[in-house]
Amino acid sequence: MSAPTTERTADGAPGRGEPILSVRGLEKHFPIKGGGLIKRTVGAVRAVDGVDLDLYPGEVLGLVGESGCGKSTTGRAILNLQPATAGSVTFQGRELVGLDRKAMRPLRRDIQLVFQDPYASLNPRLPVFDIVAEPLVIHGLTKDDKELRSRVRELVETVGLNPEHTNRYPAEFSGGQRQRIGIARALALQPKVLVLDEPVSALDVSIQAGVINLLEDLKNELGLSYLFIAHDLSVVRHISDRVAVMYLGRIIEVADQEELFSRPAHPYTQALLSAIPLPDPRRERARQRIIITGDVPSPANPPSGCRFRTRCQKFANVLSDGEREICMTVDPKLETRGTGHLNACHYAEATSVL
Amino acid sequence: MSTPGSTGATAVSSTGTLGRARDEQGRNTSLAGFDASAPLLQVTDLNVRFPTEDGLVHAVRGVDYTLRSGEVLGIVGESGSGKSVTSLAVMGLLPGSARVTGSVKYRGQELLGQSDRSLSRVRGKGVSMIFQDPMTSLDPVYKVGAQIQETLRVHDKSLSSKAAEARAADLLELVGIPNAAERVHSYPHEFSGGMRQRVVIAIAMANQPEVIIADEPTTALDVTVQAQILEVLQTALSETGAAMVMITHDLGVVAGIADRVLVMYAGRPVEIGSVEDIYYEPRMPYTLGLLGSLPRIDSTTRERLTPIVGTPPSLLNMPPGCPFAPRCPLHIAECDEAEPERFQVGPGHTAACIRTEQVAGAHGHAAEVFSKTADDATPVDETMPADLAVAEGGRDAAAPVTPPGDQVEPAAGTPGGTGSLISSPTSPTNGDRA
Repeated sequence: MSAPTTERTADGAPGRGEPILSVRGLEKHFPIKGGGLIKRTVGAVRAVDGVDLDLYPGEVLGLVGESGCGKSTTGRAILNLQPATAGSVTFQGRELVGLDRKAMRPLRRDIQLVFQDPYASLNPRLPVFDIVAEPLVIHGLTKDDKELRSRVRELVETVGLNPEHTNRYPAEFSGGQRQRIGIARALALQPKVLVLDEPVSALDVSIQAGVINLLEDLKNELGLSYLFIAHDLSVVRHISDRVAVMYLGRIIEVADQEELFSRPAHPYTQALLSAIPLPDPRRERARQRIIITGDVPSPANPPSGCRFRTRCQKFANVLSDGEREICMTVDPKLETRGTGHLNACHYAEATSVL
Repeated sequence: MSTPGSTGATAVSSTGTLGRARDEQGRNTSLAGFDASAPLLQVTDLNVRFPTEDGLVHAVRGVDYTLRSGEVLGIVGESGSGKSVTSLAVMGLLPGSARVTGSVKYRGQELLGQSDRSLSRVRGKGVSMIFQDPMTSLDPVYKVGAQIQETLRVHDKSLSSKAAEARAADLLELVGIPNAAERVHSYPHEFSGGMRQRVVIAIAMANQPEVIIADEPTTALDVTVQAQILEVLQTALSETGAAMVMITHDLGVVAGIADRVLVMYAGRPVEIGSVEDIYYEPRMPYTLGLLGSLPRIDSTTRERLTPIVGTPPSLLNMPPGCPFAPRCPLHIAECDEAEPERFQVGPGHTAACIRTEQVAGAHGHAAEVFSKTADDATPVDETMPADLAVAEGGRDAAAPVTPPGDQVEPAAGTPGGTGSLISSPTSPTNGDRA
């Protein structure tokens, strides 16, 4: 595609309007306790280590990365389910970091979470009616039983389930149907923002497609904004307006969907896209793959300078010793570097890999 | 865990270190019926039934395939379709309670019904296996070198421990483990997931098997590591000259590695063909639907996905007729009469559907066939085909021909009534960890 249109900013965001959710310098560190009788903190797993994000009204922001990169922790820290170590999260101008449970409760109406595992996120001992009704009851949003019934019925219908079946238990539903129940529960309070943490990765493809379509319809009908956390880039490309790529607790590239997938600039994004097998034998066999070596370093002890340099093909094979110096010493900031969108690589270069 | 700086060299020397190990005195002649000219692996009418409290679960219902020398056969299907049970049956690894019938012949030797002892002569040497989860398929209390040496020495008693250790190091080097000579002394917990899967592959290729069965070998791994492991698998195949059965739910992985593809649904192969036939000219509506429900990373237009409505049927009480009929947009009354055989639809291409001509017209574009029922998100009402409404009520009721009054409120009030095996089709552990 051509250069980004003028009304879009460097992070691919629509240039107008205020973000509904804004994250600045978010950090979440988990202490590592030493052995011995007195447990002393000997270090920290820097699961999320300085994340900046903006979510605009009505958009889907995909947050992708491999396991352990901190994407789920980011989602939980944004919702204050795990208090952030540092940084700021503002929702419609209101600071969320540091709020206690009680202060957080009214805000939970506006930001809801859909969990990954539809088997673990629904109480097996509650019938579906109670599961979907619970948020309404807790927040006291319905005046009588009749209204509660009709509201639950409506919610269950919205997600494509039969309202006759709300007297059943989660165990009687398939994975796709359970995930729909989880979505109905999240929608009960009419939130503005949904944080979806790997909402379809536990589902088979034929079922997954139905849930993705449902999420798209809901977004359009109800005007929701999604922070869509996933490791499956095909799903993320399909549903997202903008995509942020995470590596080792940091965001290393952000752009609008089209731009990121057609002109990735960070070597990690390029490798990630190139590693995904295409369900098309001729194209798949004709591809040149960038294979990165090794595994993700420990977030307790990230490499100096650029965090990706230990696995970077450019660092290992292209750069000269002199050029490598900056990778080892200077932590690259998220900047445009002439690529048209934000990335964190000293030697960023937009290329097509698909 | 590996250190931050550890790098798995993916460039593997193909010096043929394994070539010298090819045994001269012919392999696996120890079982009756060995015939070097017979097909490598021939599975005929394989059926597996598991007795459960709710009745007999017919997990595999008549699988037939022939694996030719040097080819890669991809077996695809959703969780619960019987792909893994099929391969475990071939290896004789199912629990004793499983009832297995049919025939599995490796080079003319019948493997079904053999004692564990005689099967051990084939396992690892004739046919070896790579399991899904490298975290559990290695023994945590033995060094990885010892685990490779065990595989080597069990098939070659004359091999000295020194020679075995040297070969173990060679094998580790071949699968791209750095400092292989030292790493043979490491325990599995000292390796990352991708490295462990490399060790598992080294064990599988140690005895130059003729067949490697890989059961979701990359499902538990991240995509960048998956790409590394797929390269190692290609190396393993070229080093050993083995044929491979690759079981996966990932249609992208199969597209890259397989020569032929077998699509499974409800315990049966519903379509077999070359990889190009399956991806570009599928003839079974299920295959078409599966391809249409995949979001594509290489698609620039955002087409709406075409999901397959409903869920796979219960394998407990299969209705007569095509098992896919309740979810099929091309469903007609005839489909419910009898389960279709696989018909020849092209050279080396068979599909179990009586309406293959209609599927042929779509040329792989699922939206053309599935568009009418694709809107999975609409509320259930009378205009929906029976499938979605039925699927809501637990899979026991998936048959549209269930006699009325038999079970008016299916599965209600019987949580977990479908049995542990039936709940596995959507088990999160078997999920789409692509």
